[in-house]
Amino acid sequence: MELKVLGQDTPAAPSPGGGCASSGCGGNSDHLAHLPEAIREKVHNHPCYSEEAHHHYARMHVAVAPACNIQCHYCNRKYDCANESRPGVVSELLTPDQAVTKVMAVAASIPQMTVLGIAGPGDPLANPERTLSTFRQLSEKAPDIKLCVSTNGLALPALVDELCQHNIDHVTITINCVDPEVGAQIYPWVFWNNRRIRGVEGAKILIEQQQKGLEMLVERGVLVKVNSVMIPGVNEEHLKEVSEVVKAKGAFLHNVMPLIAEAEHGTFYGIMGQRGPTHAELQALQDECAGDMNMMRHCRQCRADAVGLLGEDRGDEFTMDKIAEMEIDYGKAMETRKQVHEAIEADREAQRQRAGQCFVSLTELGGVARKETRPMLMAVATEGHGLINQHFGHAREFLIYEASATDVRFIGHRKVDLYCSGGDTCGDAETALQKTIRTLEGCEAVLCSKIGFEPWGMLEEAGIMPNGEHAMEPIEEAVAAVYREMAKDGRLDAQAPETLRMRA
Amino acid sequence: MAFKIIEGCVNCWACEPLCPSQAIYEAQPHFLTDARKCTECEGDFLHPQCATICPIEGVILDGVGLAVNPPGSLTGIPPERMAAAMAEIQAR
Ligand code: SF4
Ligand code: SF4
Repeated sequence: MELKVLGQDTPAAPSPGGGCASSGCGGNSDHLAHLPEAIREKVHNHPCYSEEAHHHYARMHVAVAPACNIQCHYCNRKYDCANESRPGVVSELLTPDQAVTKVMAVAASIPQMTVLGIAGPGDPLANPERTLSTFRQLSEKAPDIKLCVSTNGLALPALVDELCQHNIDHVTITINCVDPEVGAQIYPWVFWNNRRIRGVEGAKILIEQQQKGLEMLVERGVLVKVNSVMIPGVNEEHLKEVSEVVKAKGAFLHNVMPLIAEAEHGTFYGIMGQRGPTHAELQALQDECAGDMNMMRHCRQCRADAVGLLGEDRGDEFTMDKIAEMEIDYGKAMETRKQVHEAIEADREAQRQRAGQCFVSLTELGGVARKETRPMLMAVATEGHGLINQHFGHAREFLIYEASATDVRFIGHRKVDLYCSGGDTCGDAETALQKTIRTLEGCEAVLCSKIGFEPWGMLEEAGIMPNGEHAMEPIEEAVAAVYREMAKDGRLDAQAPETLRMRA
Repeated sequence: MAFKIIEGCVNCWACEPLCPSQAIYEAQPHFLTDARKCTECEGDFLHPQCATICPIEGVILDGVGLAVNPPGSLTGIPPERMAAAMAEIQAR
């Protein structure tokens, strides 16, 4: 069987069940392989944690938690929390009752929504009553929705037992350091035992509570993901140690996110001119940490909202007054949801099968392609479902894949400013398009369902080959096909420049 | 004497549950204190709780009308640096 040929080159041979050879592909992928069955099962359909599932399922957040108990230098409390959304993106503060109604309305209309998260706009656990009341009601009324919460960890140990009562199986802790000296450069103060505690002393308390909370959750069998913000010159070296420590304590994923700092955000880092990492620096650190831990590259910093799943902004359909008018029979909705989830599962299985075949055919190129073609990066515009189904001009982000003669690997997301929003905002189109093209630096092809004439030319000029020929095809299959075409044309003969991955 | 919440408060709810005297209440456009109820936390806490958790500089005034958290004291951003950055942004 030809699949064996693949196995020689890649240590992770396809699983006997006819699974997917690519690390970008769901439940069988490398980064989950080492996890116990129970955890894999939990992760399988979780859009935040399964690289492949996030093409099919979505999460939503409700803003019920306004208060915070610490200050981070990357956050400006005059806006929303930087953990959850970029400053200036104001989300509507909901009471727990309103949040529960909204979640059920969205779940009834968008069956793909399977995860409800509370992440802000402050720290959910600094608002224990509001957060816990939302969870309590949802576990009762909508048991088919998974619950998750993100926290800075300060109040975590005190609330672990109560959280566990509400069937919360995922907790994200933002841990930027394990050394108080580093922490003092990130956290100017924490509110602890009725006092505002500054500097190293405050950071020390925060770190102790984060680590204790992590241990307690793991002891109780709760999945813990750790998020870290990479701040060049402050913690980028240190994050390797953080990665080791949190892994040793049982966190199942470590997600390194880039610092986003602009003066107009009014944050300490923004005003003081602290820069964020480049794509290359971020990827280098993610690679380094991946050596001893599972990194999650597809994290969109919590922007994979259910209302955006279908590629159009459906937020307007779910304002509180519209929800108030809806009549929701959740029992009935749950049946529909179940059917939709079954259909999605069948679809995923079919895609997996096809992907398997596709990798077999990749090897059919024989020695020439396998020995002498170099790996390359491709960008993909998608609205979800694992397909190439988005117009280039509508893409708010691109998925980046690395294709080689043996494998198609998901590398990460890159966000862009939308250039094609129509109307008044079009005056700036050219600059914005150029910006988009800069975002794609290092990629040699971009796959989308359609693309306009102008961007086509500019992409070609920038050395990025636009490709609209694989519209509506599964992503990995299309990436592999384009790679094959380019290999055949002799465009991948040269040895990979050393810096190729670095530019990713 | 009483503490006072003024314009600039972002309605974050952090102070309200901490007040030992139930002197803080939700209002528009921002939270307010009830001067008759505020005890300045005397007898309950060493540090007045509202001003101790509030994340926004300048929005809580003490009994004599001074900002408990003056500019720069919570974010660590030197006020002149903030002013320069704001001027630069406006000039764009
Ligand atoms: S100073 Fe103390 S008593 Fe007065 S409003 Fe603030 S928290 Fe309440
Ligand atoms: S803590 Fe400060 S900003 Fe928040 S509600 Fe109270 S006064 Fe307003």
